[in-house]
Amino acid sequence: MTQSVVVQVGQCGNQIGCCFWDLALREHAAVNQKGIYDEAISSFFRNVDTRVVGDGGSISKGKICSLKARAVLIDMEEGVVNEILQGPLRDVFDTKQLITDISGSGNNWAVGHRVFGSLYQDQILEKLRKSAEHCDCLQCFFIIHSMGGGTGSGLGTFLLKMLEDEFPEVYRFVTSIYPSGEDDVITSPYNSILAMKELNEHADCVLPIDNQSLFDIISKIDLMVNSGKLGTTVKPKSLVTSSSGALKTRHKKPFDAMNNIVANLLLNLTSSARFEGSLNMDLNEISMNLVPFPQLHYLVSSLTPLYTLTDVNIPPRRLDQMFSDAFSKDHQLLRADPKHSLYLACALMVRGNVHISDVRRNIERLKPSLQFVSWNQEGWKTSLCSIPPVGHSHSLLALANNTCVKPTFMELKERFMRLYKKKAHLHHYLQVEGMEESCFTEAVSSLSALIQEYNQLDATKNMPVQDLPRLSIAM
Amino acid sequence: MSIVTVQLGQCGNQIGFEVFDALLSDSHSSQGLCCKRENEAYQASCKERFFSEEENGVPIARAVLVDMEPKVINQTLSKAAQSGRWKYGQHACFCQKQGSGNNWAYGYSVHGPRHEESIMDLIRKEVEKCDSFSGFFIIMSMAGGTGSGIGAFVTQNLQDQYSNSLKMNQIIWPYGTGEVIVQNYNSILTLSHLYRSSDALLVHENDAVHKICAKLMNIKQISFSDINQVLAHQLGSVFQPTYSAESSFHYRRNPLGIDWHVRPPSSGLPSLGKMSLNKDLHFNTYIANLVILRGKDVQSADVEGFKDPALYTSWLEPVNAFNVWKTQRAFSKYEKSAVLVSNSQFLVKPLDMIVGKAWNMFASKAYIHQYTKFGIEEEDFLDSFTSLEQVVASYCNL
Repeated sequence: MTQSVVVQVGQCGNQIGCCFWDLALREHAAVNQKGIYDEAISSFFRNVDTRVVGDGGSISKGKICSLKARAVLIDMEEGVVNEILQGPLRDVFDTKQLITDISGSGNNWAVGHRVFGSLYQDQILEKLRKSAEHCDCLQCFFIIHSMGGGTGSGLGTFLLKMLEDEFPEVYRFVTSIYPSGEDDVITSPYNSILAMKELNEHADCVLPIDNQSLFDIISKIDLMVNSGKLGTTVKPKSLVTSSSGALKTRHKKPFDAMNNIVANLLLNLTSSARFEGSLNMDLNEISMNLVPFPQLHYLVSSLTPLYTLTDVNIPPRRLDQMFSDAFSKDHQLLRADPKHSLYLACALMVRGNVHISDVRRNIERLKPSLQFVSWNQEGWKTSLCSIPPVGHSHSLLALANNTCVKPTFMELKERFMRLYKKKAHLHHYLQVEGMEESCFTEAVSSLSALIQEYNQLDATKNMPVQDLPRLSIAM
Repeated sequence: MSIVTVQLGQCGNQIGFEVFDALLSDSHSSQGLCCKRENEAYQASCKERFFSEEENGVPIARAVLVDMEPKVINQTLSKAAQSGRWKYGQHACFCQKQGSGNNWAYGYSVHGPRHEESIMDLIRKEVEKCDSFSGFFIIMSMAGGTGSGIGAFVTQNLQDQYSNSLKMNQIIWPYGTGEVIVQNYNSILTLSHLYRSSDALLVHENDAVHKICAKLMNIKQISFSDINQVLAHQLGSVFQPTYSAESSFHYRRNPLGIDWHVRPPSSGLPSLGKMSLNKDLHFNTYIANLVILRGKDVQSADVEGFKDPALYTSWLEPVNAFNVWKTQRAFSKYEKSAVLVSNSQFLVKPLDMIVGKAWNMFASKAYIHQYTKFGIEEEDFLDSFTSLEQVVASYCNL
């Protein structure tokens, strides 16, 4: 089995990362009753004998001694990382895995990317190499960051090029939080577009998520929980927004619920690689199946169910509802409507007590209402993992390579142009060494080219599918 | 005569387990509907064919398990050991840490050569354990990366190293609607390569077996476990010992006695066989039919219908194309059972569909970069398309 390393950059990245590790521990604790360090846990955690000083402490088998996250934490301000290190998860992280500074990036991509990039390049490389050495077979780097700020956006994307050069065979999966329309960081469009160019060029796969969608999902859940509809109660642990409860303190921070959704996304994404099932899906299969052309690697995700009712018997209709919900625009983690756009490919990652016939039945049912590109009319990838997430009996993660990402990118471009036309705040960027206006124009071209690709695909929508003439053989 | 089974990838290993389980359960079954001596001969023959004996009496399957990631093999080994009735050899498996990622090119061009020596070594050891070795049974799927890519690579190696032994590949045809998005590419690459090195391709379509579970067996919630068990049942009823036509009281020594290399007048293509419990007689032209009957009243069973010349292509006499094996010993507690193995136009339609879909995708160049990354170029794809179009054309011309 392979291992993955999580690289969390910036305030947002580290807060989400923290939730991820919390929930990962909870999940493995629920599955691994005997406390034996097995291959599933080793995908994200090392087993360390804390009595041994230095690096010699890794234990590969046997009872769990002390679990250490395979993570590198990077932030140019100390606040968030310090809080993590003083919180209940402090023992999960190694001080040697951190890189911090005190001044922050001032919401400036150029500062994050160029100033801190060159300042911390060697240190970052060293930490990454160390974490890779601890892995038997490293398969994937998971980078978590936001696009709108300075550190996550700038330094986070600086990392990508470094990872590509240093570890070319290891996949780079990026979870990017895109700024919402009402974002209070004025320069977020600049930061996002500059970051997008890097994502276009150096990421294998990007999962774009926006805060507004996460917020809407939470509102929906609150409504459901508080309305007491149907007289049934919701299982508290089953909320896609819930924390493990055991490790974290009671008082909830404002973004906790939203971060937990993203954490659950990452857990579900990796579940079929970690746990057994009748149709496994490893991480390298994600880009193999969902990325038909290298530049079109943006995947819209949706998680269902958002909660489980305490009703134990799940009739098939509920199961079918889970599949339907995965395609509704309310459940997407990005403001997007895949149903009314064009699918290039779709993956259904199912966990729990679901059979292949349930999946097939639902694909047949939903297919007529979805549009797939002409050369991939049956572009479905399925995986069945036997272990459900904590608190659920089954769950579904849908990943869509769909032209519905286009509006997000177009809006971002518009917001960028509004600022750029007036040259607003530009001097903050240009005063950083190495930054010129050409950086901006190149970044916008890169985005425009991407949007154009999606436009071309959209143009083929609704066209009749023609079978191309086949090779003719002389007999 | 013994058969060595090579199970590749998740599908191959999951099915392989069910097959050995079905074979052993049947051979131990008490209701053989025949006399004790016959039952013992049957059991001995089955054992020799598929299992080797261990000191403490637990039969060990004559199998090599190959997968590029450990989860499925671990499960398979433990399920077999748990049954208590049989198990896999301790050192019979080859495993890596990172799978093939549904990428035929990765399986064929990277994993294959890298692990060639180890895998062929394991197979050789298993062959050496056989007193008299008759051939290989290779179980794989076409849709993924390991079974398909490494399966094609290993079969090629077996052709080089064991050219006189039979190589029969059990291929699982994926569901039409996506288990894997690049399944059509993986399928055409697999089939075109296997055509050059395999002696016989036995095909099972997931869609067809699914229908059997749904309509004939009335299973409500069909899982892969159900599908694999039906498959294993079918395979078991073909491979269990049968009487040979000449000497009625000896179990046939060569389990795959039929001459699978059917030579039409002009070209010499290896055969493509399909197994089914239904017989669709009207719209199909056959090259070969094998009927295996087991159980009560086999001697009096009427198989004249199979000798109708209308079933067969014009250049074959039914007597050359049709074979029937009858065995009194019942299979798996069924009083009467019948299996039909056919080489006919039955598979032209599914094959044509897969080639068509792969061709459409290829025209847009989608996903090709994933293959060229590991050395499979557009030219290789074109070669595969050409060879499969030829197969389709040959069958259509029957």
